[in-house]
Amino acid sequence: MTSSPNRLQDQGRIRNLADELWQAVQATDEHTATEVVLRALEEGMEPETVLLDVIAAVQGKVGEEWADNRLTVAQEHAATAISERAVAALALHPAARTEPTRGRITVACVDGEWHALPARLLAEVLKLHGWRVDYLGAQVPAPHLIAHLHRSDADAVALSSSIATRLPTAHAAITACQAIAVPVLVGGAAFGADGQYARLLGADAWASDARTAADRLARGPLARPRTNHQPIDDLPHLADQEYTMVARSSAALVRTVFTGLEEAFPAFRDYTELQRDHTTEDLTHIVQFLATALYLGDTDLFTGFITWTARVLSSRGVPLQSLPPSLGILAGELKDFPRATHTLERGINALGPVPPPTTGNLA
Amino acid sequence: MVSPEAHSDSTTEPGSPWDGAPYPVLLTDVQGMVVLSNAAAAVLLPAARPGARLKDVAPAWLSAAHDVLRTPGLEASRPLSGVMGARSFEAHPSVQADGSVVWWLVDDTDHRLVREALTVERERTAFLAEASNMLLSSLNLGRCMGVTAQLAAEYLADAALVVAPSRGRRMPVVTSLRGASPTTKHEAADPNDVPGLSEALRGFPPVPSRWIDPGGAPRWMVPEDFGPVGSIVITPLPGHGVPAGALILLRRSDTMAFTQNEEVFAQLFAARAGAAMSAARLYAEQAAITDVLMQELLPPTLHQICGIDFAGGYRPSADHERVGGDFYDVHPAAVEGEASLVALGDVCGKGLEAAVLTGKIRNTLQALLPMADDHQRMISLLNTALLTSHHTRFATLVLASAVRNGSDVELRLTSAGHPPPLILRKNGTVEEADTSGTLVGALPHATARTAALTLSPGESCVLYTDGITEAKGGLTGDSQFGEDRLKRALGQCGGMPAESIVEHVQMLAAQWVGHRPHDDMAVVVIAAPRTHHLTAVSGHTRGRFTS
Repeated sequence: MTSSPNRLQDQGRIRNLADELWQAVQATDEHTATEVVLRALEEGMEPETVLLDVIAAVQGKVGEEWADNRLTVAQEHAATAISERAVAALALHPAARTEPTRGRITVACVDGEWHALPARLLAEVLKLHGWRVDYLGAQVPAPHLIAHLHRSDADAVALSSSIATRLPTAHAAITACQAIAVPVLVGGAAFGADGQYARLLGADAWASDARTAADRLARGPLARPRTNHQPIDDLPHLADQEYTMVARSSAALVRTVFTGLEEAFPAFRDYTELQRDHTTEDLTHIVQFLATALYLGDTDLFTGFITWTARVLSSRGVPLQSLPPSLGILAGELKDFPRATHTLERGINALGPVPPPTTGNLA
Repeated sequence: MVSPEAHSDSTTEPGSPWDGAPYPVLLTDVQGMVVLSNAAAAVLLPAARPGARLKDVAPAWLSAAHDVLRTPGLEASRPLSGVMGARSFEAHPSVQADGSVVWWLVDDTDHRLVREALTVERERTAFLAEASNMLLSSLNLGRCMGVTAQLAAEYLADAALVVAPSRGRRMPVVTSLRGASPTTKHEAADPNDVPGLSEALRGFPPVPSRWIDPGGAPRWMVPEDFGPVGSIVITPLPGHGVPAGALILLRRSDTMAFTQNEEVFAQLFAARAGAAMSAARLYAEQAAITDVLMQELLPPTLHQICGIDFAGGYRPSADHERVGGDFYDVHPAAVEGEASLVALGDVCGKGLEAAVLTGKIRNTLQALLPMADDHQRMISLLNTALLTSHHTRFATLVLASAVRNGSDVELRLTSAGHPPPLILRKNGTVEEADTSGTLVGALPHATARTAALTLSPGESCVLYTDGITEAKGGLTGDSQFGEDRLKRALGQCGGMPAESIVEHVQMLAAQWVGHRPHDDMAVVVIAAPRTHHLTAVSGHTRGRFTS
């Protein structure tokens, strides 16, 4: 390890590079982004440091900027594409060339997961650690993943998911891999800040970031899972069918809430198609998060999402009055489902007092 | 068998009622001295005569049981048992009022043997069930061989080897020592050198297990640090009518050699392992064939060609499929300075059958590349080719010729019954290319009108199939995503890299349909790369030129 002034110097360099890359990524300037990354390698910076402390750090900022409405979804995609190109350029550089000396790992995103960059970064880091890596990319349907595993005999699968609503799908993928005796390491924001959902869903291991994942895999092979495991063993509360019911009727629930809001807020009827699409999208997210909270048996997931939504909507200048009544209408529709009702009440409470609507009244 | 009628040195009076008892009986007093022993007991324990101390004449387990009985608070609750001679007995005490004890000894040898046999059978059944579970869970040959070797080393022998029939000169061999993970090697050995091995590897008809002389075993067969080998048996692994390999079991010289019973059991295990291994082999062979054929049908990975950015994305209608009725290709210009040709199209129908026809169209277009500068002629010839083929399906497609002119890209676009491409201008407007034509493969003559236009740096052209615009979803669940939504979304994509436009469109369409069924979806973006100094005018950064 270097002495502390050197380390400070290194950290300063890393920060400067991250700033430069952030500028390039924000400007959709592939050339500069690639140049920043390659220059860091030429100057002797470890490829892993460039991947995780520069590129991943910048990508984290992209996510924050989006949440604070300083980037649109399209700009987020553009920024991510530039980061991806920077990763691709790094992977081809001689400094990143590593002969495989360890076993074989499959890296994939859960079906429906579009954020491929965290998985791509992990794939590159594992290659640097000498693993033979099969990187399957974004949104991999479980049948493709399983077919790949049958053919490749991987020592483990690293499964990435950033959006919590993909967790039921992730659970299906985890149990499918385990059913063919392949252990699963999971990572990504979806699995909770301390990996609580990874444990709940019976993953064989969880890692908070690519470095931890590489360390865990380096410590020794993950044990082959028992093949007689049933998904319901992890989540006995699913027996009440509330998740199944909400997930199956989610489109109808969204329609009901939308109609209810139109009655409560006459202004809704004058919404443009775009505004109606956005409202439908927001309501769909609410129902998806409700279903996921029921699947996991965790009301905190829902309240966390509702407070986050409130923050995002206010940063986009969308009035919040419709949020509590939306949850109220849902609770009315789902009154026969105690867990769903309780979850929605907790969501309404978490929002706290919201300025009363001026154009209508739901009470 | 101890018989009550046995005549010997009886210690009871002849004709005593004790002699009629169906079991050996011993009566001991408070001090542990034998008071009485009936005829059956005398045969079993000849030394247990009246006056002898039980401790001196009875097996240790019985005298210990007597002591326990005499110690208050330590009363044995269930019958005690132990061995006397070649047989085993349960001892049932009855304590008399004066402190003396009558020991009834019940022969349970047969019962015990049955119980033991039952335990062994139960263990074996559990093992076979577990083995089947583990073997059936994988369709990977290497993994099946590993599981087979590991299970065999755990339950049947001290070490086990699984040998697969070799395809080349080397035999794949998986070795497992008990308690260690299996290792795979490829041995350059001749199976004919080991008696019984080549017969076992041939598989059919299955040969019986074969013992071989441990001294004559080749070096590769004995794991390192194994120690002296006591016995080796080679068992065939019969598969689904094809040989799956051979199982070699090794025991150390200090372990008991294989009994016939164990050998029969090993064959039961081998039958399951062989079936799993041959299923895995057949799957791998089929998958390899599918892969080769699929390579021709999968959409290509696109990247920058001749200074123009290309990106493509494809989502088949069914998640378990990899191909469908949509297709795209980019053919780089044969000569520097000429145009590259992009084709994107949609065959009526879905799934593998539609994909096969897309392959045909792609091949035909490839053959027509020499006339790529004449879109109308290409479409007309393709139309004729499709009409004369035995396929009754028709197709729509867009052809795009793209060539770099300075930092601009010159485009010629021709639609044959296909949604016209959309052009993303720098100022955020989205234009429809002015091209239209008849679909191909349906009418005797196909006609089309070509549009010519120019992309400035940062501008793009989006080719898509109707799977995107006709995707059903939204609030009512059956409204189409539509061209207006697509145009609006693209309006946000000005200046974006080609692949992120593709990804953005794919994501919006996927979110729109949710879990509802949808058609194949394909998108191709042709983009004029942003020139270097564009950073200066993007408005996001401090205006500086990159160097």
